[in-house]
Order: sequence, then structure tokens, then C-alpha cells
Amino acid sequence: MSVTEVEFEARGAQEGQTVANVEGRSQWQLTWRRLRRDKVAMTALVVIVIIVALAIAAPLFVSLTHHGPNVAFPDTGEDAVGNPVGPMTNGFWLGSDGTGRDLFIRILYGARISLFVGVVTTMVASALGVSIGLMAGYFGGLIDTLLARFTDSVLAFPYIVLAIALAAVFGPSLTIILGMITFFSWAGIARIVRGQTLSIKEKEYIEAARSLGAGPFRIMFFDILPNLLGPVLVIATLYIPAAVVFESTLSFLALGIQPPTASWGNILAEATNFYQTSWWYVVFPALALLITTLAFNLLGDGIRDAMDPRTERLIAARRSLRRKKRKAAKSAPVASPSTSTLS
Amino acid sequence: MAIISYLIRRILTGIVVVWLVATLSFFLFFARPVITVARQLAGRAATPQVINEVISNLGLNQPIMTQYWHFMNGLLHGNLGYSYFTQESVDTMIKQDLPPTLSLVIGGVVIWLLVGLAVGIISATKARSLFDRVANVAVLIGLSLPVFVIGEFLILVVFVPLNQHGIRWIDTGYAGPSQGLSTWAGHMLLPWITLAATEAAIYTRLIRGQLLDTLGEDYIRTARAKGLSERRVVFRHAVRAALTPVVSQLGVDVGTLLGGVVVVEYVFGLGGIGQVSVEAVSQDNLPVIIGFVILAAVFVVIANIVVDLVYAALDPRVRIT
Repeated sequence: MSVTEVEFEARGAQEGQTVANVEGRSQWQLTWRRLRRDKVAMTALVVIVIIVALAIAAPLFVSLTHHGPNVAFPDTGEDAVGNPVGPMTNGFWLGSDGTGRDLFIRILYGARISLFVGVVTTMVASALGVSIGLMAGYFGGLIDTLLARFTDSVLAFPYIVLAIALAAVFGPSLTIILGMITFFSWAGIARIVRGQTLSIKEKEYIEAARSLGAGPFRIMFFDILPNLLGPVLVIATLYIPAAVVFESTLSFLALGIQPPTASWGNILAEATNFYQTSWWYVVFPALALLITTLAFNLLGDGIRDAMDPRTERLIAARRSLRRKKRKAAKSAPVASPSTSTLS
Repeated sequence: MAIISYLIRRILTGIVVVWLVATLSFFLFFARPVITVARQLAGRAATPQVINEVISNLGLNQPIMTQYWHFMNGLLHGNLGYSYFTQESVDTMIKQDLPPTLSLVIGGVVIWLLVGLAVGIISATKARSLFDRVANVAVLIGLSLPVFVIGEFLILVVFVPLNQHGIRWIDTGYAGPSQGLSTWAGHMLLPWITLAATEAAIYTRLIRGQLLDTLGEDYIRTARAKGLSERRVVFRHAVRAALTPVVSQLGVDVGTLLGGVVVVEYVFGLGGIGQVSVEAVSQDNLPVIIGFVILAAVFVVIANIVVDLVYAALDPRVRIT
């Protein structure tokens, strides 16, 4: 037993606990503990859960309000001159849209499209990006060069140009949106995975695995991949809002989801004719978009901070600073402002 | 002289890229059955004879390689073809639609870089101040909102109320600088802000992060220890070093900028190249779309060459070879 271990045990005994009681925590447990203390990230998580629940429960609200997503109600949903009715009138919770349909129900159905596009494209892009990045980083050589060039060109390609071209050739559809967003998302993930793989593959335990006879695919997917899941999770959380924005932009330009199917983008495009009369027509779908993307962005930032072991120290430092300030305030009412800064 | 041979090489590869894009889009577009185009042009009640006539008038009944030859030949002579609908030359259309697009890009990029740089630098030098916190929230909102929502929001809270109170300086639609600089600025102000908002948010965040890292470096401490003024330390020593990764990001963002341009033109009805090509999609007006795609490729190639030159000028470690 070395000196430090003796010391360690002694200190443990002093604090009234034995070393045996100190349990090991995995990386994921540590991350989750840190994330749980992050109020902003936890709020974002709750908001996301609510949005997902609302989107799933959309048919429930249809039976509650008796307003189908694509059904127009010219009698109750339009005023005397044919303009949309405002929020909380005639049973329209968030008002009606330009053709007398229920805006709330349409926003709920728009959420289904947005979340579906966001989650599906991110999952497919992650799978693609991880496999391609792993292969590029692990094998190197020609495969790596080709992939790096290709990744660079995808990253520099103006997405809107391809969107216009594809919509012109095949006509706008959900399949094309899914394909396009995936096509533009995998490259960023591949780049990060490649970089991480390059450094991990030089580690001793990879050499050990190889000496035990593990093949390249076993090493890539069972030995390297688990160590990459953290960064991939962070970037995936940040890609979901990007995909939501992407889809709504395409639908706004009439290159995406086609009416009467509701999407936040095409609701906002229809709303442009009602700026002067019906503020709710613009404000509520825009708010739905903002809240969703903001929640995912904040959660992604939170997870990234929680993964970073430096955050633990930062939180501790901030807490000790606060304690010091409180002590200073107690001892001397006119305490000089603390000059130490954190960052 | 290294720079001249470098430029020549970049321009040559650029031409190859544009040629590739043109060829790819040509075959992509003409893989589409011509009958749909012809049917739309000839109207719903057209007889098969009329449709055939339309097809042969457009030259779409020729073998695809002959069409490609015509297309490439025209392209080399600076002729992008003719609109299916108005028979107008695509060159003329682009010439007409270029001023709104250029006005938008120039003003928007100036605002975006100025705001991004200024806010990023202040945020980093006064980290965790009130300004920094407010800026962080603004950046997050800017990053989360699609460009078109920012545009619609500005129309709703700025344009509509002002207009209702009889103030018509801020306006939608396009008015060129020839109609008076003030009119031009009034029409372009909201589009500029919209185009700049998202990009400024991205760059504020990037510059803040880079500058914070740089300000923690040893050579900054040395500069301070020498007794240099804080302003000199920040601007002469730190900002320059922090800018290099920012400039390399610029090359990647050219595509995003183009997307923003299309959306902003569409939202404010500026009628630039982007708006015209989006509208061409619903009309199956393929020559117009091909013209737009080629123009976009040229723009991306040129922008990337400029970015690389600026990068080399900023970072003495980068040599142009």
C-alpha cells in the first residue's frame, strides 16, 4: 500500500466513512448529476417533453374542440368580412387562420411534422456520420482523403440551391426534405467523429484489442464508438433544432410540406397576407418555432457543459466565490467588489 | 509571383467546379419528362399536336447530347438560354434582378460583420457583465429563429405600425439607389437587419469564444506586463489572432448566406435573383433555375478564393503556394 492510499483511507476514516462506501460513478451518471443541477437545461428538457406530449396528443385535442386539422369553419372561424377570428372566440383557442381553420390544432399538427423531420433526419445523419467518420479516422489513407474532400464540399454547398433544384425536378415532398436535411447534416458529424477516432485509435487499449485478434469492425464499433457517444449526443441535440428550422424554411418557400398539410413554415407563409388584421396568425406559429428550437439549443448546450469535466470545477469555484462574498458581506457591510473573474 | 500562380490555379479549378455544376444540373433537370413542362406551357385543354409543337419549339425533342452541346456552347458565349414562359433571355433577367440581390448582400454583410465583431469583442472583454449576458440571450434567440421568422416579425412590429401611422420611409419591395439614397435605405433597412441577424449571432458567439481563449494566453500576459494599454493589447494582439478561425468559418458560411438572401428577398418582396428562381420552381421554368444554380456556383467559388486570400493576409503562418 502506498503512502497516498494510506492517507486517503485515513482521511476517509476521519470523515466518518470507509473507503468501501465510496462508489464508482460512470461517465453517464456524472453527466446526468451535473445536468440535473443545471436549471436552464432541466427547464428546456421539461419544455421539450411537453411539446412532444402535445404533438402526440394532437388527435385528442381534435376530438375535444371538434376542429379537424384541415377542416374550414366559415361560419364560426371567420368574422363578418371573412377575416380570421381572434384567440378564445367561438371555441378557437388560438384563433382561426385565413380560411377559418383552427390555428391551435394546425400548430399541433405542424409540431408533429417538425419533430418527425428533426428526429428522423438527426438519427439517420448521426448513423451515417458516425460510420463514415469512424472509417475515415480508422483506416486513413485514400478513404480518409476522399471523405474529407467530400465532407468539405458538402459543408460549403449552398443548401437552398439544391432545395430549389430538387423541388423543380421531383416536385416538393416530405421524402425530399428528409433526404436533403440528412444529406447536409451527416458531414458535420462525420468530421467530429473522424477527429476523435484519430486520437482514440492510438490508445493502448486499442492495441491490446488488436493483439487479442479483434477485427477492424469490432474495434471501431465496440471499442472506439462507446467513447464517441458523448460528443455525438451533443451535436445531435443541436442538429434537431437546425433541422426544424430547415424544414420550416423550405415549407415557407413552398419548396417543402405542401398545403393543406400543416407545417409551421407553410402556416407562416399563409399568414403573410394577414399582417394588418390578425397578429395571432403570425405570432403563435412563430412562438411555437422559437420555443422548440430554443429548448433544444439550450438542452444541447447544457449537455455539452455537463459532459465537460471542467464544468464541475467551475461550479465549485462559483459556489466558493459566492460563499466568500457572503462571508465578506457579513464581516464588513461595505465589502469591496470581488476582482476575481471566472471564465 | 507566388500569388499570381496561386490565383491562376484557383481560378482554373473554379472554372472546372462551375462546369461540373452546370453539367450535373443540366442532366438532372433534363432527366425530367419534357411532357409535363410542355403540358403546363400549352395549357390544360391542349391537343397532343399543340404539345408536340411546344416541345419542338423549345428544342426539347432533340437528342440530349445535342441539347447539351447547345447549352454548353451558349454558356461559353455567356448565354444562359431563354425563359420558357416569357421567352426573355435569362441573361437579361439576371441583369435586371441583380441590383436588389447585390444591395441586400452588401448592406447585410456590412451590418453582420460590424455587429458580430463589436458585440463579440465587447462580450469577451467584459465577460459575465450585464452586456455579455444580454448579448448571450440575444445570440441564442438569433440562432434559434429561422431567417423568415425574423423578417416577418420585423414587418409585424416595425413596418405595419409605422405604416398605419402614415410613416412610409420604411417600406417593403425594392427601390434602387437611383430613386434617392434615403428611399433606397428605407426599403433595404429591414431586409439588411434580417439578413444580418442570424449570421451576426453565429459570429458573435464564435468571436467571443475565440477571444476569451486568446486573452488567456501567455503572450497576452506578456503584452500587459510590458505596460501596453488594454486597448492595444486587445486590438493589436488578441483580436488579430482570434480572427483567423473566424475567417475560415466565412468560407463555409457562404452557402448559408445565399440561403438567407433567397429567404429575405422572398419575405420582403425584393424581387432579386433568389425570389425569381424560387418562383420559377412552381412554373417548371428550368432555364431560369439552371441560370440561378450556375450563378450561385460562381458566387461560392469567388467567395471562397477571397476568403482564402484574407485568411493568408491575417495569419502570417499561412503561406500561399
